[in-house]
Amino acid sequence: MTGARARRVLTATALVLGLAAACSGPGADGRGGERDYRFWDPYTQFGDDSEWAALVADCGRRAGVSLHRTGYDGSDLTTRAILAGQQGSSPDVLVLDNPVVTTLAEGELLLPVDELPVDLGDFEENLLESGELDGTRYGVPIGANTLALYYNADVLADAEVDPAAIHDWADLSAALTEISAKGHRGITFAAIGNEEGTYQFLPWFWGSGADLEELDSPAAVAALRLWKGWLDADLAPNSVINNNQTTSWQEFETGTYGFALNGTWQLANARASGIDFGVIPIPSRHGGPAPGAAGGEMVTVPVQEDPRRYERSRAIVECLVSDDNLLTTDTVLSYVAPVEALTARQRAEDPELSPWISAVREARGRTANDLGTRYPLISENLWTAVGNALSGAETPQDALAFAQEAVTSDFGR
Amino acid sequence: MTTAPNRSGPRRRWPSPRTTAWGFLAPLVVYLVAFYLYPLLRNLDLSLRDHTVRSFVRNDAPFVWLDNYVRVVTSAAFAPALWNTLVFTALSLVFQYGIGLALAVFFHQHFRLSVPLRALFLVPWLLPLIVSASTWSWMLNSESGVVNSVLTAFGADPVNWLTSPQYSLLAVLVANIWIGIPFNLVLLYSGLRNIPPRLHEAAALDGAGGWQRFWRITMPLLRPVSAITLLLGLVYTLKVFDIIWIMTQGGPGNSSTTLATWSYELGFGSLLPRFGPGAAVGNLLILIALFFGVIHIRVQRRQEAA
Repeated sequence: MTGARARRVLTATALVLGLAAACSGPGADGRGGERDYRFWDPYTQFGDDSEWAALVADCGRRAGVSLHRTGYDGSDLTTRAILAGQQGSSPDVLVLDNPVVTTLAEGELLLPVDELPVDLGDFEENLLESGELDGTRYGVPIGANTLALYYNADVLADAEVDPAAIHDWADLSAALTEISAKGHRGITFAAIGNEEGTYQFLPWFWGSGADLEELDSPAAVAALRLWKGWLDADLAPNSVINNNQTTSWQEFETGTYGFALNGTWQLANARASGIDFGVIPIPSRHGGPAPGAAGGEMVTVPVQEDPRRYERSRAIVECLVSDDNLLTTDTVLSYVAPVEALTARQRAEDPELSPWISAVREARGRTANDLGTRYPLISENLWTAVGNALSGAETPQDALAFAQEAVTSDFGR
Repeated sequence: MTTAPNRSGPRRRWPSPRTTAWGFLAPLVVYLVAFYLYPLLRNLDLSLRDHTVRSFVRNDAPFVWLDNYVRVVTSAAFAPALWNTLVFTALSLVFQYGIGLALAVFFHQHFRLSVPLRALFLVPWLLPLIVSASTWSWMLNSESGVVNSVLTAFGADPVNWLTSPQYSLLAVLVANIWIGIPFNLVLLYSGLRNIPPRLHEAAALDGAGGWQRFWRITMPLLRPVSAITLLLGLVYTLKVFDIIWIMTQGGPGNSSTTLATWSYELGFGSLLPRFGPGAAVGNLLILIALFFGVIHIRVQRRQEAA
């Protein structure tokens, strides 16, 4: 046997071993070490040099660990969290969109907050209920947002519409008609076929008195007819069918629209846009503000193989939701604080947040009322129905009837 | 060096040629198993179990045989998705191949600027799909798209390309054809260059016109290249996902949903992943591609035998 041959065999073996090691070795993502903690959040907009990243790192330091933060895109984060749970490699702290919390809790991926424990006494009840499954709470709200109507004061003035006088759907539709008659565009919103579409539709759905348990009730049909009517009369652009909340906002920023249905998080953009804007609550069908859906994220602690890790995770969570840090986070995200005492401070610092603070207080949890893990299926069928009705593929009545049927048959369309 | 007859002899050759051969094969085998065989088997396993989030995490989902497949095939969404897939694939192939061939013949003439022009036609191929798809989606936007403003300038009514169930499939189809033309152009062009010019010269001397030469010389001699181009195009088009997802998300409703986007939608598109049905749709797609692949090989063999 020659030396060269032996070398070749050795090289081949080394290659194989190297490949195997690459598949199974400790990752470069900070997994493994006793003092290495992993942190996942959906805030991809914040890089490593952002205030949020600094705050997270600081909470890690205080808990005595080095905290490795990774941001994932919203729906990607859910799938990754489930996969990681299956592989036994969940992150130590996970910030999640609130309607997903019960789904992961149902999968026994999350530790109940009581077992950490973290005191939830100060948090607003309507925000906590999104993270509740069978009476157990799995998430701590980190901030809340909801929808309201931004208006362009110049457009409204030109059409002689008084935003303060809009109390019900009829008022709003009349205002849109006035605006349209003056050559402006009426309203833009986002009816895209994903959770954003449902989120945008819910204030009208609930504001009509409809219930997520019955998607095809007359009240629900009325809400969808309202949207469809706006599209048919060209009071809203056809592009809303494909709009997400960002593209819808871009339409509003062109300055040609009277109203935009959008969230708390656009406040900073609104100020930067140069548009003379204002905010009114979404009217309900027969008058008064409609309840929106509570948006925002929750901090959760995924189940770990080694329960000794929880002590430090608890320290991290408590640090993140401590008063000053919550205020910083919610200012950075342009969210409403989930604690009443803090909202008072927010209101004092920024009076323009007032309408949003009231709107968040009225908001409902999407997964509340024991809807829990059935919500994702209901929501998916609801956004499909909205898309089908707005695009003219089906009438609102038929679209919602199909949706209800699909929900009860437990399988998408 | 001689091989000792006694296996336990001190001068036995080690490693034997066979061992060495396996040593060299091992990286490839490991690679194939880890990145091809295992995912395929895992996907098959996923599609045969009834997963909930909980059972997925615990890895104890009940085995349900073909239940997911039955649910998928009997679902109201199946027929439209299959139909859209077939229409999308067939029309994409016809137009990509037709236009690609026309351009290949055109550039085969070697006129001035033919090289830079041909390079320009490759641009769609070089752009990342997310860029092409987003650009198409801006151009076709109902409100502010350039296509609609051109239509309006010529007095036509604007069309809701991406937001009406009648046009959404057409919109993604046009984008996909545009992206696929360069691939056909390149392969067919190189095929054309392999046809000896003397055949054309001889035919021309015998009095064959341009059309006759195209149908009787170019097309028959281009057949092997055409077949592989179309087969690759077919497999590629069946699995097209990014363009559709970026432009319409398969909507509105499911008017532009293909099996590929449906599979993604089931697995990852909603808050609650449904891995079983999603994997089942994915496997059906693999079966369809395999079916056409086998047909292609059969036809090729028959041609070679003839």
